[in-house]
Amino acid sequence: MTELLIRNGFVYDPLNGIEGEKADISIRDGKVVESVGSGATVIDANGMIVMPGGVDIHSHIAGSKVNAGRILRPEDHEKDVERHTSITRAGTGHSIPSTFTTGYRYARLGYTTVFEPATPLLKTRHTHEELNDTPIVDKGCFPLFGNDWHTMEYLQQGRLEECAAYIAWMLRATKGYAIKVVNPGGVEAWRWGRYLVGLEDKVPNFDITPREIIRGVCKANQLLHLPHTIHVHTNDLAKIGNYQTTIDTMDNVRGLGGDNKPVIHITHVQFTGRTGSAWHNIGSGAPEIADYVNKHDHVTVDMGQIVFMDTTTMTADGGFQYMLYQLSGNKWMNFDVEVETGAGIVPYRYRRNNYVNAIQWGIGLELALLIKDPWRIYLTTDHPNGGTFTKYPKIISWLMSRKAREKSMARINSIARNKLDLPDIDREYTFSEIAIVTRAGTAKALALKQKGHLGVGADADVAVYNLNPTKVDPSKEYRLVRRALKKAAFTIKDGRIVVKNGEIVEAPTGRTYWVDSKVSEGLMHKVESEIRDTFTDYYTLQMDNYAMDDSELVRSSRVNVKAEI
Amino acid sequence: MTLSKKIIPNVICTFCGATCDDLEVTVEDGKVQTLRGGCSTSLNKFVNYNVERHLTPLVKKDGKLEETSYEDAIARSAGILANAKYPILYGWSSTSNEASRAGLELAEWVGGVMDNTTTVCHGPTLLGVHDIGEVSASLGEIRQRADMIIYWGSNPVHSHPHHVMRYSALSKGRFRSSRKDRTMVVVDVRKTDTAKLADQFIQIEPNSDYELMCALRMAVRGDELEQDIIAGVPAERIEELADLMISCQFGVIFFGVGLTMTQGKHRNIDVALSLVRDLNSRTKFIIMPMRGWYNVAGANQVSAWVTGYPYAVDLSQGYPRYNPGDTTAVDVLVRGDCDAALVVASDPVSNFPVEVTRHLAKIPVITIDPHPSATSLISEVVFPTTIVGIETGGGIYRMDGVAMVTKPVVSPPPGLHSDVEILQDILTHVKKLKMGQ
Amino acid sequence: MNVTLISGRSLGQAKSKVTGKFTEEYLRNVAVCELHPEDLKALGIAPGQNVRVSTKSGTVVARSAVASQASQRGVVFMPYGPWVNMVVPSETSGTGMPSLKGIEAEVTAAPNEKLLDLRSLVEQMTSGR
Repeated sequence: MTELLIRNGFVYDPLNGIEGEKADISIRDGKVVESVGSGATVIDANGMIVMPGGVDIHSHIAGSKVNAGRILRPEDHEKDVERHTSITRAGTGHSIPSTFTTGYRYARLGYTTVFEPATPLLKTRHTHEELNDTPIVDKGCFPLFGNDWHTMEYLQQGRLEECAAYIAWMLRATKGYAIKVVNPGGVEAWRWGRYLVGLEDKVPNFDITPREIIRGVCKANQLLHLPHTIHVHTNDLAKIGNYQTTIDTMDNVRGLGGDNKPVIHITHVQFTGRTGSAWHNIGSGAPEIADYVNKHDHVTVDMGQIVFMDTTTMTADGGFQYMLYQLSGNKWMNFDVEVETGAGIVPYRYRRNNYVNAIQWGIGLELALLIKDPWRIYLTTDHPNGGTFTKYPKIISWLMSRKAREKSMARINSIARNKLDLPDIDREYTFSEIAIVTRAGTAKALALKQKGHLGVGADADVAVYNLNPTKVDPSKEYRLVRRALKKAAFTIKDGRIVVKNGEIVEAPTGRTYWVDSKVSEGLMHKVESEIRDTFTDYYTLQMDNYAMDDSELVRSSRVNVKAEI
Repeated sequence: MTLSKKIIPNVICTFCGATCDDLEVTVEDGKVQTLRGGCSTSLNKFVNYNVERHLTPLVKKDGKLEETSYEDAIARSAGILANAKYPILYGWSSTSNEASRAGLELAEWVGGVMDNTTTVCHGPTLLGVHDIGEVSASLGEIRQRADMIIYWGSNPVHSHPHHVMRYSALSKGRFRSSRKDRTMVVVDVRKTDTAKLADQFIQIEPNSDYELMCALRMAVRGDELEQDIIAGVPAERIEELADLMISCQFGVIFFGVGLTMTQGKHRNIDVALSLVRDLNSRTKFIIMPMRGWYNVAGANQVSAWVTGYPYAVDLSQGYPRYNPGDTTAVDVLVRGDCDAALVVASDPVSNFPVEVTRHLAKIPVITIDPHPSATSLISEVVFPTTIVGIETGGGIYRMDGVAMVTKPVVSPPPGLHSDVEILQDILTHVKKLKMGQ
Repeated sequence: MNVTLISGRSLGQAKSKVTGKFTEEYLRNVAVCELHPEDLKALGIAPGQNVRVSTKSGTVVARSAVASQASQRGVVFMPYGPWVNMVVPSETSGTGMPSLKGIEAEVTAAPNEKLLDLRSLVEQMTSGR
């Protein structure tokens, strides 16, 4: 029985309504409990902030495109290394860190749960092999649907229940946590080297439109009672002015849910939040998008904030990546996946004096500052697309301090600065709101009931930051905020101290969450035999070699739900 | 069918990079009798894998290899590696991902160089990818869509016997239902058996792939070729090929070590990757290296996710460093820097130029292999192991990067360990030695 | 005779290496140098008789054979393995990759010279000769 007591800290636990009060957190056997005995190990958190461990809802950390990125860019790793110690494995960064390094760096930031947001069904086994080698954090992944032949065919035939059962089968076969949709229909077009425009273009050879795919998959998600909503990277990423597509996508599924719960999550909205008709006149579509999100509670979003740095873009949206190669002239990797999806990787440097990059920087921040409900917007960089996750503290300081924003804004392209609304926004996030957009809100969106809060029964995943909220004004002393958030004073994972003063002291293995949605036997049987009939025609792998076994996950943590069908 | 006879379906072949996964293996009385659905090489492996096996660990005593206990061999190996200043850990492509993972951890603890057979095979391909990138896809995309297939410096009939039938010209796809829906072209220095299957064979002079690729790139871009003959090929022929490539709907270049091992090496790949990238402005075109071994791709993938680099990783400074030409096995050994070697599922004495072997013979070598090999002859410690895909399972990666899991079809001989177990036991010992216990 | 030497995979080499490297089958499939029939004639030997292959890196005796896949005059093929590696240069030009194909070599008739088996070959490799 291991007992831990975190004493006297300023606790931010928004899910339980605690906003900076001094409180003790008692931990026994990996869970938060009411109280512990006198023999407990004590962490003196006097003068420090205590929050649940961070929960990152969208970060590309594992799988075939991430690894392809590592291989593409040896120069990315040379200057950023992690030495071997008796506790930690050697590794490299910078924008695409090796797996062990990824786990350690998240833990140092006080994060304890991370989700890989896009993995091809056929290659999700690879994703899990890398997640197995990502220490400390709990994790999961979102397999890709919406460009796969089975989904498109079922939906085109109007066979929604069968489509849902197929998705349930795939989630179990790939040990996935949620439905990810990237450029629905558009990636099948890209597999012929083509593009779709908007939501009404028919997918070549498949008589279905992106609009129909999104609606169908959203309904399937409802039928399966999956813990998370569909997680969508919208169409038209390659289009210059694309904010309207984002709004149309959100509106496309309005009314599909009841009871005020979100039915769709739009990811890295910054990338599809542009107005304009040419690169030299783009602007921010954040006000329009924020307005829609403020008026409609069936939607959640995450930022996809860019940071001015050299980083690597990687997405399943192969067509977009080709366009980025053409624009930038940088090296380019493309990897289409039979039947299912695609991937593309292009290194990219965001520059302050580049008009487009400066607008992009503004869009992400405007979104976060104009959307009123912090429970429905989350802090991400779409790592590493917009920048690395190690920059989260910097972004937090931008959200909490107008002064920090102004300092950065003074150095960006001046024409962009004049075009943005950002200079006039004076909202500053509170510590509570930061806790929501980095842990409480994301845990809620993922329906991880034991994460993102510190109530009794929660997993004892805790971050302690050396920052006194009664003495430090984050609006003025944003540098102190950054420094404190970069290196947690303590990170606790399942009740064990894993980080002390920014150093890894222990590196246990985290859980891998995946969802098993139980569909009625008769329906599942029917669908399974239908897939089996087409499997050998569609794939170059036998169906019996395709599905993963539980034992392939080092710490499998199955989430059971009962489907409506 | 007798009680003790069973037919195991969907067996994954562990020989070449095509890793066909639809073999049917017949097992009787715990022994493999035959298999269906595989090529003659796979049949040979599954039926004859026991012809030459060693079953006991060996240690060199007075210049001769003698049988010893497993524990003694482990202790000897741990001592050799822990005391070495710059050991090399080499092989990895013909065993599981789990073995590579264990090897990487061991390499970290002993501060060694971790390299795999990519180094003498498609290393130059990776060097080209670092510069240009790569436009590719999984094998099924070719089967479903490709109407133009080029094999360049690759002879799959010999190296990947079922490749053409399963994935390319002779396969059936959703959009290409028969052979006549596809055009197959072979580019090689001699008319290989693969060339006999092609619609067109282009004979190229040895060591001039770079020139031919450049000419193709020019033709694809619409530039005029000013010479009459390039690389032994008439300019008109080159222009015709370029036209064919531009006008197809989905093309693929499969290339082999004919490009990586000849003059130009990684620059040949550089220009091939660039050609395919250029073609994408006109049509859909991809390129794919024909990885030779069933898990060389896995050795790269595991190395990359653990260290950031796909091969030739130097961990002697306590963190990963990568500099092919310097940290690659052949160079490390020929320079004479390295003072111990661990060889896993590979036979460098057979596969490396003799100058490398001469150095290997001067240092203590530990071999982990199911079969006696030329390298085992010069080794100080030899471990027999179980065979992945037949006697033990393990993860692998197909040549196009698709992860698969092999399963055993028979039990191993009693007392034999897997290479994963051996590596983990050596590591446990090494940790004790390094931590001073 | 000056030739270009190519080493590579062959079905025979692939199969026999799996069966065993110390088998007769392996020796027969791998310790072989395939030549164009006209080149064999020019050397004055029948296929099956031994030849000596030499490069600036070394020299080795191999059994001659008619090229199983059509080749050109002046180009010879030897399967991957310890015999061809006796003559393959180890320079990698800073790429890590030795040149295993397209090597300048000399082939001479050697009908009376002995073909070494794998064990003897390894001994020769490592004895410093």
